[in-house]
This record gives sequence, structure tokens and C-alpha cells, in this order.
Amino acid sequence: MGNLVLKRLLVAVPSLVGVVIVTFLLTRALPGDPAAYFAGPAATKEAIEQIRVKLGLDQPLIIQFGRYVADLVRGDLGISLTTGQPVISEIRTRLPASAELTLLGLLVSVSIAVPLGIFAATRPGSLIDHMCRVVASAGVSLPVFFTGLMLVYVFYYLLGWAPAPLGRLDIFYSPPPHFTGFYLIDSAIAGNGEVFLASLKQLILPALTLGIFSLAPIARMTRASMLAVLSSDFIRTARASGLSPFTITVTYAFRNAMLPVVTTLGMVFSFLLGANVLVEKVFAWPGIGSFAVEALIASDFAPVQGFVLTMAMMYVALNLMIDILYGLIDPRVRLES
Amino acid sequence: MKRREFLKSMTAVAATGIVSAPAVWSPAKAQSRKETLLFVTESGPNNFDIHGVGTNRPGYEVSWNCYDRLLSHAVKTLPDGTLSYDRDKFTPELAEEWKADETSITFKLRKNATFHDGTPVTAKDVKWSFDRAVSVGGFPTFQMKAGSLEKPEQFVAVDAHTFRIDLIRKDKLTIPDLAVVVPAIYHSELVKKHATAKDPWGLDYTKTNIAGGGAYKVTSWQAGSEVVYERNENWKSGPLPKIRRIVWRMVPSAGNRRALIERGDADLSFDLPNKDFVELKQVGKVNVISNPIGNGIWYLGLNCKNPPFNNAKVRQAVAYAVPYQKIMDAAMFGVAKPMFGDKDNVANGLAWPQPHGYSTDIAKAKALMAEAGFPNGFQTTLSFDLGFVVTGEPICVLLQESLAQIGIKTTINKIPGANWRNELLKKEMPMIVNFFSGWLDYPEYFFFWCYHGQNAVFNTMSYQDKEMDSFIDGARTAAADNDAAGYAKNVTGFINKAFADVPRIPLFQPHLNVALQKNVSGYRYWFHRQLDYRSLVKA
Repeated sequence: MGNLVLKRLLVAVPSLVGVVIVTFLLTRALPGDPAAYFAGPAATKEAIEQIRVKLGLDQPLIIQFGRYVADLVRGDLGISLTTGQPVISEIRTRLPASAELTLLGLLVSVSIAVPLGIFAATRPGSLIDHMCRVVASAGVSLPVFFTGLMLVYVFYYLLGWAPAPLGRLDIFYSPPPHFTGFYLIDSAIAGNGEVFLASLKQLILPALTLGIFSLAPIARMTRASMLAVLSSDFIRTARASGLSPFTITVTYAFRNAMLPVVTTLGMVFSFLLGANVLVEKVFAWPGIGSFAVEALIASDFAPVQGFVLTMAMMYVALNLMIDILYGLIDPRVRLES
Repeated sequence: MKRREFLKSMTAVAATGIVSAPAVWSPAKAQSRKETLLFVTESGPNNFDIHGVGTNRPGYEVSWNCYDRLLSHAVKTLPDGTLSYDRDKFTPELAEEWKADETSITFKLRKNATFHDGTPVTAKDVKWSFDRAVSVGGFPTFQMKAGSLEKPEQFVAVDAHTFRIDLIRKDKLTIPDLAVVVPAIYHSELVKKHATAKDPWGLDYTKTNIAGGGAYKVTSWQAGSEVVYERNENWKSGPLPKIRRIVWRMVPSAGNRRALIERGDADLSFDLPNKDFVELKQVGKVNVISNPIGNGIWYLGLNCKNPPFNNAKVRQAVAYAVPYQKIMDAAMFGVAKPMFGDKDNVANGLAWPQPHGYSTDIAKAKALMAEAGFPNGFQTTLSFDLGFVVTGEPICVLLQESLAQIGIKTTINKIPGANWRNELLKKEMPMIVNFFSGWLDYPEYFFFWCYHGQNAVFNTMSYQDKEMDSFIDGARTAAADNDAAGYAKNVTGFINKAFADVPRIPLFQPHLNVALQKNVSGYRYWFHRQLDYRSLVKA
């Protein structure tokens, strides 16, 4: 397996180099002018030129690129002008926030979508099959900011069950000591049950919002792949052998249907990580998506480049993980590779 | 790893996860809400230092509350019962007293004032801070210039607690300019320690560190989500603030900011959208305060350099075709001061902003268009800054609809915030909807930046007129010489001229809105349009 990992990592190098070049060129091709933006409202033409020199934007593109790559090699992603922080530290604090939310959202989604898909597949055309269809299409057609605001309105504003949508923790708690950056894990490690519960409470509504949104692909994929497996020969044999329906569905059918579901999960996860900007905005979540969008609005190059690069690396890692998972779930895949 | 082992181990992980979740309960962290004020706004600071490159408006707020200035403004009660800074009365802050003569101003500093680390504040620190403000370039240097504070040689540390400013010219705005956000007093030794050859003024250090002696200290900052302040218990430059701890949370969604204040989780919501202000006022669960923004006007600017708007008749025609009342109602929800519909276009006193004599009159507009030689109208573009989309877009749509009635077909051009200033500087856009406000609330100041032939970036219309320039210069000289009659003559002169020529058509004066819980009081409106924590009280 070590060989496989190494080979895959080597294959990823050219794509990462490509990402570095393309993001650099794309950010330079953006309309706005960061020097004019950061020179302030009262700036004269000379003041803007001063800022341009300060930011190194007066240099030819190739020299700017050389500097960028040199910094990159040293692990320096530059400074975000909008937040005033080094991009690397911004990403370090914000990525776990987004990842924690996305993972929990995915967990919610999987725990609803997979059983729903299985039931729908075992009883095609039944009431539960129709329900699966309705839930999936409703979930995917409701925009996340709508679901999010709706949930806040009902559970926070009207009922008062949920805590204030103020980010990762209520203001009267301090974050747990930094270990993984995931508040749930960090507070569990620190043995601080109170902070654990507090951050869990903050997570419920945004995770639910994301979960509802990502239900559809997972439920539909589970259903489709279960249907295919259930009609195959070995299931017929299992039925003929008189195995219980539960053993057939869960032990034999579902394990064989898992492969495409895992692929979909990987795709949904990476998609959600970048696309939950709106959820982050609604819940004032200090995540990576809203950070990147704000930077983009201000023509703030460094964070945009850093964000795209991080995302590219995450995709590579994720794909690798899924491929390894394939091998574990289905030995045939491993042999072929 | 084998498949079976893997699948088994996954089950095991899931099982332990479920069992171990509710961990040990720790004793409650009792941080009393009573001593803490939680307030919410849309966005947060990017830099704590107003001298920094590209410091945003929330950054000014940090500077205002964490640094002292030599002097500040007194407070006054407005006719509607709300509190505001008093433009004309100055109060001591770091300076106990000051004396002005023809050529200089001398300040006596407080002897007991210290920076946050306990070091006494001396005149050396004041001189260094002022040198820094006039030397770093960009916005701080520009703002200092507005009060004729231009060169380091003007600033003299006479002894440890005496500081003198030598005047390069007589200027009425010198004293007011010392009470704005920019001339903050920095701990010079501390900042110098962190200065480098590339960064001689230590801007990198003060970006994320407070090097001042103001009423509050920043205890934690998470960019884009939270700033926490603690009161400076040793503050000597004014009465000790009532609130010990301030928590500032950034909540981008306006709907959620409103839910937070209505549910009582936030003590104060600053800079509310007008719609929320009106509705919160109707419900009456929380107190709402709204103040007109001093020297601030939303306007329709017409490019006087190029045809067709280089023709005053066309500009007047547009001024008669603007749907003023509709804009007030639909875009501003009635929360703004109308700047239209006076009985004529003659100045009514010396107050600025004041309404002009135009009102919506399509027939008159059509006649003026015909007179100007455009009976069939023309095509043009109408631009606005997407950063102010909530206000800008409805105004532009209403304008587009109304201008079509006199034959002016407009395409609306939405310009992203990052690009807006660039476009403004080019001065090529034929029609723009824009906002300007000046910190120093004096008519000649507004006109100097917005109408003067020096063609500053705020003269977005490239308006050039010799008579206008002489009125503006005349008013500035008269103000410096305390010549009341000459001042009145020139101010009415330039207001009349601005109304007759209408290079920019004032639409309305916007308001700054804030919502507070019933137990929170002491809110003051300030010219800088940011929140001053020092006067707030929580019962």
C-alpha cells in the first residue's frame, strides 16, 4: 500500500504545480485593483502608486510570480490585507472550523440518506420510496441560505431552543486548548464537557442545514447502487439459501453497494467544504469559504491563492483516501491496481 | 490492513465515539453578563492602527477606543433627546489645557497619564506620533493636511509635559483636526523597538498590537469574527468607563443581527439597515436611535467634463426628473433627511447639508431637455458601487425608470467594491450614485473636497468653475480670520452656485441607526460613525 500512496502522491505533483500557476494568473486577471482599494477613499493617484510599490504590484508579473513561489517554498502564503493576518494562520484556524461543520453535516446527511436509500431500494415504488424521492428533491432544491435562515427563525427566534447563531461558541465560553482545531474533539480531549456541549449546540443547526442540502446525491446513489446489487445472482442465491432479509440487505447487499456511495461521499464532502460559504455567512461561522469570498471581493490576492491551493491539496488527499478505502472495501480493486 | 479488520475497526470507532461523548463536567465558568456588553455589527477590523495601510472603518473604532488624543469633543443633547458629540466644544483628553496664539498652539499634558504598560506619556511620544501621522503617507497624512498639519518641524516637545504645534498658516480646522481619529498618541519607545529598516514607523507591530493608553485594551482578536476588550483601570484622560468588558461579534447576516437583538442575546446592534430600524421601532421591544450623518449626502453625480452633462441645462433637467420621494420611501424606508423640495434654489442660512429647490417635475425636465438641444434624449450609463448595493441598487432602478420618461435611456453599471475607487479616479463615468461624508462638519470643508477646481477624488464630477473656487477659498480665509460677514457671503455664494449648476444632485442625508436593549444607555453619535464604548452604561 505504501507504494500505491507514493505513486499517487507523485502523480499529484504536476496538478499542484498547475494549480499554483493558474491561480496566480487568474487572481492577476481579476478586475479590481488592490492598490486602489487599500489606499483608502481619499487616495490620490500618487498615494495609490505608493501603495502599489509597497505591495510589490509594480513589478513585472514574472518577478511577482518568482517571489510568490519563493515564499511558497518557505511555507509563507503571504498576508491577507482584508483581515491583516498571515494567510497560513488564517487557514490553520479556519479550515478546522469548516471541516468540523462539514463532517458533522455529512454525518447527519449519511445517517438519514443511507437508511432512506436502502429502504427505498428494498421496496421500490412503495411509500418510503416516494418519500425518499420527495426528501431528496426538496433538499437539493432549497438553497442553503434559505434552509439556514428558516431553521434560525424557527429554532432560535420563535422557539428559543437553539443558541444564538454566533459562530462556534457562545461568548461566555473560551475555546478549548488547540489540539486538532475541532472544538468537539479538543474539548473531549481536555475533558471539558461543558464546552463540548456548547460547541455541539452551536453546530446542530448549521450541520442540519448542510445535511439537508447534501441528502439528495447520497440517498439517490445508495438507492441506485442497492437496486443493482439486489438484482444480482449472489443475492438470489442468498435468498434461496433462506438467509434472513436483514443479513441479505446489510451484510451482503449493502457492503457490495458501498463503493459508489463512498465515491459520492468524497465528492459531496469536498464540494461542501468549498461551497458552504452561505451557511458560514448565515451562522457567522469563521470558516474558510467566507474568508475566501471576502478576499475575492476586495481583490486580495494572497488569501485567494492560498485558499485554492489548500483546496487542491485537500482534493488530492481526499481522492487518495477514497482510493485506499476502495481497496479495503473491495479487494478486487486492490488487485487490479 | 485487511478488509474484515477495517470494517470491524470502523464499527469499534463508531461505538467508542458514542460512549465517550458526554465527557466530564467542569465547574461553570462564571463570567457575569452584567459587566460585559455584547454588540454585533456586520464586519470587523483588519488593522488596529489607523496609520496602517488600508485600515478599514471598524479598525478606526478600535483606534478610537484604545488610543487617546490630545483633545476630544463635549457632548450635547439633540432636539430629539439623543446624545451627540458637540462640534463646537472641545474637552481635554490627554492635554489638560491648551493655549493658542497667532503662530502656535501650546498643550499642557496630564502628568499622571500612562500607556497600557505603565510607562508615563510624555511630549516626546506626542511629537513622535504626530511625526508618524504626517510621514507615513496615505489616509493619515491626508487627514492631517486637512488641518494644516503637514511637516514634522511643526511639532515641538518643549519639555516632558509641554507640547507645541507651530502653525504654517491660520486655519480654523487645525483644532478640530486634532480631535479626529488620526492624531492618536502612540507609545513611541514600544513601537520603535519593533520598527525595522523596511518599516521605520513600526506599522507591522501596531497592526495587531495596541501601543496606546486609551480607555480600553484589546484582549483577544479573531479576525472576521470577534474582538474582546478589557477596560483600562488606570485610565486618567476621562471618567472611568462603566463597562468592564466589551465583546464585539461580527454577524454578516442582517437578519440574524436583528434576531439577536430582539431575542436579547446582543446588548447593542450597530449600524442597522433602515428596514430593520423601522420595524424594530414599531415593535418597541428595544430602544432604537437614529441620527443624520453629519456632512454626509447621497447624490447623483453628473460628469461635467464630457457631453451631454457639460451642459448645465441637461443637469437641471435631470434634477427635475429625479423621483426624490420614491427614493426616500422605497430605498430608505423613510429614514433619511430629504435634500430636495425647498421653495427655491437660494441658500437658507449657512447650515450644510440643506435642501435644494428641485423636485420631481417631468414637464419642466422635458422642457429643459428640449432647450438644451436634446428633445429626444440620449443614451448613457448609470454606475454604482456594489459594496453599497442595498442602497445603491434601488436608487438606480428608480432613477432609470424616471429618466426614461424624459428620453434618457440608462444602462445600470454595477461596479465591484474593489474596482469602484479606481473608476472614480478615472472620472470617466457619466452618471454615478455615490455617498460622501466629511469628518469635519463644516460647509467649506465639504465644498473644498467635492466642488473645488483642485479636482480632488471626491469631486467625482470633475466640476471646474472659477467663481465657485473663489467662493470656497474666500470662505476658508474668512473662517481663519474670524470674519463672520465675509464667511456668510461666501458660504451662501457657493451653496447658491452648487444649486444653480447642479454638477451633483443631492438626494438625501442618510442616518446612522443603532438598536440597544432597554437597560443600555449612554450611546453617543460621533462624526466618525463608529461606536464609542466609553460612555455606554448597562444597568
